[in-house]
Amino acid sequence: MSTIETHTTHVTVTVNGRQVSDEVEPRTLLVHFLREQARLTGTHVGCDSSNCGACTVLIDNEAAKSCTVLAVQANGHKVTTVEGVGNGSGGFSPVQEGFRQEHGLQCGYCTPGMIMASTALLVENPKPNEHEIREALEGNLCRCTGYETIVRAVQWASTNGGAGEWA
Amino acid sequence: MSLIGARVLRKEDPNLITGQGQYVDDLAPAACAFMAVVRSTEPHARIVAVDTSGARAMEGVLAVWTAADIATLPARPSSLPGMDMPLITGDVARFVGDVIAVVVAADRYTAADAAEAVIVDYESLPAVASLAQALAPDAPMIHPVLQGNTVFFQDYTQDLSAEFAAAPHTASLSLVNNRCAPVPIEPNVVLADWGPAGLTVWAAFQAPHHLRNTIAAFFGISQDTTRVIAPDVGGGFGAKINFASEIFLAAALSRALGRPVKYTQTRSECMVAMFHGRAQEHKVDVAFDDSGRILALQVQVTQDQGAYPDATGMGLPVLTTAMSAGCYKIPKVAVSWRNVVTNTTPVAAYRGAGRPEASYMIERVIDLVADETGVDPIDVRKTNFIPADGFPYQTHSPLAVYDSGNFAGALDELLRHVDYAALKAEQAARLADPTAKLLGVGFSSWLEIAGFGPPGSLEAFGHLASWESAQVRVQPDGSAIIYTGASPHGQGTVTTFAQIAADQLGIDFDRISVRHGDTAVIPQGIGTMGSRAVAVGGEGVKTASTRVFERAKKIAAHLLEATEDDIVVENEEFHVRGTPSKSVPWSQVAWKSFQPLELPAGMEPGSLDATVFQQVPNFSFPSGAYCCVVEIDRETGRVEIRNMYLVDDCGTVINPMLVEGQVHGGVAQGIAQALYEHMQYDESGVPRTATLIDYLVPAASDLPGYVSGRTVTLNPSNTLGAKGVGESGSVGAPPAVINAVVDALSHLGVKHIDMPATPQKIWSILRGSK
Repeated sequence: MSTIETHTTHVTVTVNGRQVSDEVEPRTLLVHFLREQARLTGTHVGCDSSNCGACTVLIDNEAAKSCTVLAVQANGHKVTTVEGVGNGSGGFSPVQEGFRQEHGLQCGYCTPGMIMASTALLVENPKPNEHEIREALEGNLCRCTGYETIVRAVQWASTNGGAGEWA
Repeated sequence: MSLIGARVLRKEDPNLITGQGQYVDDLAPAACAFMAVVRSTEPHARIVAVDTSGARAMEGVLAVWTAADIATLPARPSSLPGMDMPLITGDVARFVGDVIAVVVAADRYTAADAAEAVIVDYESLPAVASLAQALAPDAPMIHPVLQGNTVFFQDYTQDLSAEFAAAPHTASLSLVNNRCAPVPIEPNVVLADWGPAGLTVWAAFQAPHHLRNTIAAFFGISQDTTRVIAPDVGGGFGAKINFASEIFLAAALSRALGRPVKYTQTRSECMVAMFHGRAQEHKVDVAFDDSGRILALQVQVTQDQGAYPDATGMGLPVLTTAMSAGCYKIPKVAVSWRNVVTNTTPVAAYRGAGRPEASYMIERVIDLVADETGVDPIDVRKTNFIPADGFPYQTHSPLAVYDSGNFAGALDELLRHVDYAALKAEQAARLADPTAKLLGVGFSSWLEIAGFGPPGSLEAFGHLASWESAQVRVQPDGSAIIYTGASPHGQGTVTTFAQIAADQLGIDFDRISVRHGDTAVIPQGIGTMGSRAVAVGGEGVKTASTRVFERAKKIAAHLLEATEDDIVVENEEFHVRGTPSKSVPWSQVAWKSFQPLELPAGMEPGSLDATVFQQVPNFSFPSGAYCCVVEIDRETGRVEIRNMYLVDDCGTVINPMLVEGQVHGGVAQGIAQALYEHMQYDESGVPRTATLIDYLVPAASDLPGYVSGRTVTLNPSNTLGAKGVGESGSVGAPPAVINAVVDALSHLGVKHIDMPATPQKIWSILRGSK
């Protein structure tokens, strides 16, 4: 009988300003905790080698790929997802608005990760040039846009409010 | 004011930028179970035994199936007789990725554990990993029915030996069109829920009705109780028209288990299981005179089909050979093609599907002729173009009658953006300075076959028909809902179709919704592929909207006691021409259209509702001219694209922002094929690039910015004049990039370099030259 012995551990993460607690297997990835425990499905999974960046979130305001972080590692920390950067009443963050204004998305699957990576960039460097934007987003793959409109989206945000504010 | 041609922001975006999109993996119905797949790690092997006992014993495992458990089910649809792709293979594994078992468990992680616990005992068989191996004498065979590995062979369509013998010059070229993985960022995902009332399948798919029809036939169930929903789909690029085995397996398992079953492909699985694209080899002979005028062209295409031929894959070289003469008037063209199986992932549609291969071939040939004659590549193109007044133009292929274009006009427009003389001067100056990077300038004048298609064209690939459906329904408050069978996956169809409808109906863009992707909601449909959404589906929206508007005018005329011909609509008000005071709002016309007492004699209530199955008489032929400027580091061999100039002619532009997005995305994939991407196998058939670590999908830092221009020749096959633009970039970019790379290295005697032009290949050339 090859039953895997299952231990669970208690995890509490502050997600978009709200405490989310659950008993999870220690191997539970943060991205699955966000999608399945917190039921925030904006954060996507696009690969299994941390190359695509679709799962990018902010942990304590720094960009991280949530497919390579265990939920237990985020225990006690603050996580911000694409659902958490708007103003909460249906308004968009400057970065979200930039993606809309400049057609920085097509199918939308990479977009949450792109928005979070761009947000983190603008926290660190509010006025990035094109080269800095391209370098900062090299960990995020988009198959639809060819990236130029994403660069413009980040530039739009940079001149229209920057990274924005969130809980 | 017309919205055709307006830069309207997308209706799709508010959901997608806030994380409120709904992709299949986001759905979590109660009691949803998870499927995982056990795949062959061997390219070609007899399956001696599959030990599922460890997996079955795991807590939470609900089912473990091998081939024996699906013996009553047919093979994967779209297979070829005698070469069927089994949903689960029982006797022989024929490529790395072939399905050997599936497991279902109550949660995602347990399913993955259980798949790991299945032990497969293989007896390796000799494999053929390449076309050369597959076509070698006494090559190991994959499908005994073939007596070899050639599935189909079409000999040259005519004998051109006299033309070649008589020609002043001839040259030959062998080309490899590298195998690419489509890599939508969302892999294949399916959720199947088979309950007493029927089967519902949510799938990341480009053609939901096509899938519904196929699933119903596969299981022998009625279409009315079979529902397919393609919600938000995270990119397709042609690969999500293929009938992935997992879709049928998830449905069968849901039926057996009586609960929803979800399957989400991992990226590593996706790289070997989602069908690949391109994978052609070309032998080309060209005859020409001193001026660079091409007299005859002979092309033989060998198409790698992978382990199991697919109906779409079989059609790829048909498209390549139909388009082999590109934009050029070539008096004699002979084509030949061969479809061959190998122990690799099956090959089918990938953005462009057979047409980038043709464009790459003919544009390399043009530069070869330029090189051989000493005539500038621009002049060789201009000498051979089909003239702007030469349409319609019957090509060598009965499939392709080019209907419009202005190839010289597009090239001239391109040259307005490119200072060609300055670039050539800079190239010469850099050659003289050994510390400077090499510079190369490459062009492509391309056209493609799009707007699929005339009656019979998609039927040949197994579709129900080649029309597209559109239904326009005015609601009682005067808003409208458009239903389309052209289910999108990023194209912005919801926005463009609302623009088209707004223009025809006189209803505000903000009060028009577009629904798609659900077979229970949309009357019928074909799908989005072959750059057809606007050229066929959009035309259908226009036709249906026009019909509805004509009826609305009748009602307005009745209410205003005027004649129909005098009624115009402005700002959602119908009024009598020249008498704006005498008016009735659209909302009133809509409301009364449902009230028999308010209607003119003979008009039924509910008439502001029209369904159209839009046909088109021909394919469309988008075209354009691109220029790529590359710099090559002499020490590392790294190619950097300095400039990419793009002139597209897609006919009427509905929304320039979306057209630009389509062009950029296609060009990015074209550059990726030319410089970075190559799905490779080792000699034994084991994939060497099965993760995104090894397979280089370019990031923002790997790609250039783009300069765009435009020419417009209208599509005569629809009233919109739109030709389609989804695949153009992937057709036009690869030859421009490689022509530039060859141009940068031509002083070393380089006449061709196969894609992808990696630093290693170029470094070897540069080192060999020292």
